[in-house]
Amino acid sequence: MTSRPLGTSLSLLLLTLGVGMIALLLHLDRHVQQQMTRNIRDIDMVVGAKGSPLQLILSAVYHVDAPTGNIALSEARKLKRNRLVAATIPLSYGDSHEGFRIVGTDHQYPELYQATMANGRLWEAPFEVTLGATVAHKLNLNIGDVFEGAHGLSEGGEIHGEHSYRVVGVLNRTNSVMDQLILTATESVWNVHDHGAEEEGHSKHEDHIHEHDHDEAPHAEHKGEREITAMLVKFRSPLAMVQLPRMVNEKTNMQAAVPVLEIDRLFGLMGVGVDALSAIAWVVMAVSGFSVFISLFSALKAREYEMALMRTYGASRWQLVGLVLQEGLLLIVIGFILGILFSRLGLFLVSGLLEDTYHYTFSAWAWLVEEGWLLVASLGIGLLASLIPAVRAFRVNISQTLIDA
Amino acid sequence: MLTTRSLRFTYDQKIEFQFPDIQLGVGNSLLILGESGIGKTTLLHLIAGLLEPSSGSVELMGSVLHDLSHAQLDRFRGRHIGLVFQRPHFIQALSLRENLELVQYLAGKPRDRERIREVTESLGIGQKLSVKPRRLSQGEQQRAAIALAVINRPQLILADEPTSSLDDKNCAKAASLLKEQAASTGAQLVIITHDQRLKDQFQNTMQL
Repeated sequence: MTSRPLGTSLSLLLLTLGVGMIALLLHLDRHVQQQMTRNIRDIDMVVGAKGSPLQLILSAVYHVDAPTGNIALSEARKLKRNRLVAATIPLSYGDSHEGFRIVGTDHQYPELYQATMANGRLWEAPFEVTLGATVAHKLNLNIGDVFEGAHGLSEGGEIHGEHSYRVVGVLNRTNSVMDQLILTATESVWNVHDHGAEEEGHSKHEDHIHEHDHDEAPHAEHKGEREITAMLVKFRSPLAMVQLPRMVNEKTNMQAAVPVLEIDRLFGLMGVGVDALSAIAWVVMAVSGFSVFISLFSALKAREYEMALMRTYGASRWQLVGLVLQEGLLLIVIGFILGILFSRLGLFLVSGLLEDTYHYTFSAWAWLVEEGWLLVASLGIGLLASLIPAVRAFRVNISQTLIDA
Repeated sequence: MLTTRSLRFTYDQKIEFQFPDIQLGVGNSLLILGESGIGKTTLLHLIAGLLEPSSGSVELMGSVLHDLSHAQLDRFRGRHIGLVFQRPHFIQALSLRENLELVQYLAGKPRDRERIREVTESLGIGQKLSVKPRRLSQGEQQRAAIALAVINRPQLILADEPTSSLDDKNCAKAASLLKEQAASTGAQLVIITHDQRLKDQFQNTMQL
């Protein structure tokens, strides 16, 4: 092999590319699906403003897209009373700090992801915040630290100068979207956007009014009706899956989206791209197999004399066949290992990219069952590529080869 | 003890070679002389079991070569027959020592560094063991080829034109080295050549 560096490196390069691409795709596909399903948890339905249902899911469940708009708290409350609804979690978002989203919600939200406290406590009063693990780590924030929220979801938005948040707790890592969020009370978000028109106590008071009488007769004197961005809903029975989304979509001016359905749709769309890429990767694998074949074959031609020589010294036919197979398989195994390393490097880069833009992290070092199959497939290709050279080695005409040399 | 009986070989069903019978006792040597193209190499390959005769038989140490299976024949050849070719050939990727070790391994013998040292020193190439074969001089290559042939103490040493590319001095030296090596292991030596210079060194000659 080392005597033909060009042919050998071409084979290795192709193998590395093929194996690397396939392994990378397997991992990305797996990671995205895992992340997505993990984050859905017990969320049966998301209610938000009218718009794209996928956008609603992406923004409310995964916190990667812009919100579709706001919905009236009163309407959301009305839905909460429906007998098919087991629990609801209100979400108010739209502000961020250093690219991490500030989400106004209640204590059920961290519970949903079984988040536990690493330090401190959950927020109690407005402008107290509890940080997800990644946020605390990346921004190096601790209990007692103070920061100001920025308008908008990307970094560099307008800073809300009047109100600053105070960190009261940090959550343990949950490997879910929770790690990427800054959690606070819904009232904090309201207060920030009221621009100081109301005081904290007052807003709490107002909340009560909503609950008591606002549902049927909206008070005109409110300057703005209380709004939230979205509401996560858990159903009491599977029956609700059929009735509630349609009810919400037809009878209210809110929109209901079912995460499982939307994510299936998203995977369906992504699947086409993944399929096309895997097809390309398999073609590269096939070409690499062919290249291994050519490499072995030309090597054998050059070394037919050595083969014949070894036969005269007592090597059996099968020993020579073994030698050729060994060389082919060695090539394949090296290529496979390089490919896996290549895919891990790719994953590492992609993971860094995702973390920067979407605040998603995933570990790049897991070993997938599918990669075992990939190894089997590679070895199969190697065996196939060595087959004809091996037969040639088996059939080498010693006498003629010695005379020709 | 080497015996051939009415060996015939046919190339492409047109050219037929017919060889005189050979009888050679233990410890004896034989020089077979003949012009190019009359099947000298063919005869050598028949005796070594590299070619199958169209009729006749080769018997060495009581075994009829072509009655053996392929695997048995390969093993038998590795253990009992040493071949020296017209131009020396080696596994180029390996050093001389590794070549010798490979030949020991292929014959199914344990690695024997002592034997390697002994053979190469008697051939005057003991200092060249870690050198790649192509770095050796022509005379050294020829001696290395002899070393490969005798390393496993074969019963029969077959040499095909071992001296044709050598000058007079090296020619005489190679011939005497072959005889020496054969004598040291009690092997029979068969040299096939058109090189008339060797005629005087062997009592036992045969003209094809």
